Amino acid sequence: MSDAASETASSSDPFELKSSAITVPVLKLFDPDMDRITDLLTTKIEQAPDFFHNAPIVIDLSALKTNDATVDFALLVGLIRGMGMIPVGVQGGNPLQNEAAEMLELAILSNSAGRPRPRPKPRAAAPSPATEEHSLLVTRPVRSGQRLYARGGDLVVTAAVSSGAELFADGNIHVYGALRGRALAGVKGDTSARIFCRKLNAELVSIAGRYKVSDSISREHWGDAVQVYLIENRLVVEPI
Amino acid sequence: MARTIVITSGKGGVGKTTTSAAIAMGLARRGNRTAVIDFDVGLRNLDLVMGCERRVVYDFVNVITGEATLNQALIRDKRCDDLYVLPASQTRDKEALTQEGVGKVLDEMGKTFDYIVCDSPAGIEHGATMAMYFADDAIVVTNPEVSSVRDSDRMLGILASKSRRAENAEEPIREYLLLTRYLPERVERGEMLGVDDVQEILSLDLLGVIPESPDVLDASNKGEPIILNERSDAGQAYTDVISRYLGEDVPHRFLEAPKKGLFGRLFGG
Ligand SMILES: Nc1ncnc2c1ncn2[C@@H]1O[C@H](COP(=O)(O)OP(=O)(O)O)[C@@H](O)[C@H]1O
Ligand SMILES: [Mg+2]
Repeated sequence: MSDAASETASSSDPFELKSSAITVPVLKLFDPDMDRITDLLTTKIEQAPDFFHNAPIVIDLSALKTNDATVDFALLVGLIRGMGMIPVGVQGGNPLQNEAAEMLELAILSNSAGRPRPRPKPRAAAPSPATEEHSLLVTRPVRSGQRLYARGGDLVVTAAVSSGAELFADGNIHVYGALRGRALAGVKGDTSARIFCRKLNAELVSIAGRYKVSDSISREHWGDAVQVYLIENRLVVEPI
Repeated sequence: MARTIVITSGKGGVGKTTTSAAIAMGLARRGNRTAVIDFDVGLRNLDLVMGCERRVVYDFVNVITGEATLNQALIRDKRCDDLYVLPASQTRDKEALTQEGVGKVLDEMGKTFDYIVCDSPAGIEHGATMAMYFADDAIVVTNPEVSSVRDSDRMLGILASKSRRAENAEEPIREYLLLTRYLPERVERGEMLGVDDVQEILSLDLLGVIPESPDVLDASNKGEPIILNERSDAGQAYTDVISRYLGEDVPHRFLEAPKKGLFGRLFGG
């Protein structure tokens, strides 16, 4: 079947394209509760570390209902990558989730064929300079509703980040103003990424999918200059 | 070349139209040729606040569609020769304001005016995005409440990305904060956000603080922009706003509740 579908390659071509059916484990989500997901994933991986190490995995969102697609999704992808698996695609997501998946460079698979769907054109309304593969420096306040992504590098903001704004970086995040929005560093699973800010008033901080919301950030450090990093999968908030 | 100022906010009813009328009148009284345009198609009320509602023949949409010339539609203010009003249409739907059409009218006005003040509808509906697209300066009108501040923050985010200046990668729109309907007593009781809180959250240049005042409603009922009432604290605060906008260094007033006299202090209340 798969051979019949492939084009006949002449012997001089450097490659041929064939369709194939590879079996990839699917992580089908039922509950968006990141704490429960983290716990269960940790247990599963402890049981069969070899099976999960560098294993490609498809995330199935069809059974999940959540509104806060971007953040939840980025957290999840960071978590899975941080645990040594390689998320390759997503299926069954809503348009918002697909947009988030695309931002994180995952394939969007249609449920039936497992074949990537054509990617929607990037929206003209968001000409963020974040599409280049390096660090991103932002000198103006990041406002509620704005979303910035430093693909492949650090995100540096020299102004305040409003509540309702979202920062994503593959590397570290530095905010030299008040951080009142959400900051997700190491979204592609870099567990050594850190967040630094001059004044911690964040709605959420996350490193490689491990996160704390403002309620669970110790009041002790609220409003302080801090760094946030991971020690053995635990998120640490520490004054600097 | 005219400077185009958009008066904007996330929420309705915060004082945009009041502010548009006051600022346009203030700039014109300082000898600047000024026009004020109502972008609130369907909900027009700038002409009422300016007191020219009975002289409206043509409107902004008529000019865009070519049914009237700019000169036919502009209404000259009776109190100030340098001030003109371009009213909104009450009947047309909002889509009549096309980007191309608005751009053409603004370009034509830019040849003869020093300032074009755009009274925007609230939020991010069509009229509002049209009003801010061509802006050079934005005055973000905010009330001292958490929800209004949050909405303003969101507007600032949109201003930063959806404007001609942003699209052409020109120098960004200059953004100013104007805090209106400020009640120092309620701020002191902790029921409203203070100036410093709002400024810290929005990190913007503070153009002024307009106190809550019954004179404002009086003024709009009479069709006289509040800035003409020199005895009113709100009117004086708008006069200061004009000075600051024009680059003068004027201290902020009316930030504190009037001090109680000896009797007040002795007997409370
Ligand atoms: N400083 C003020 N003090 C008291 N009332 C005010 C003040 N500013 C505006 N208002 C009142 O608030 C209402 C809304 O004002 P308006 O300028 O029409 O707001 P918007 O154009 O943002 O909807 C009006 O009734 C107006 O008289
Ligand atoms: Mg209005």
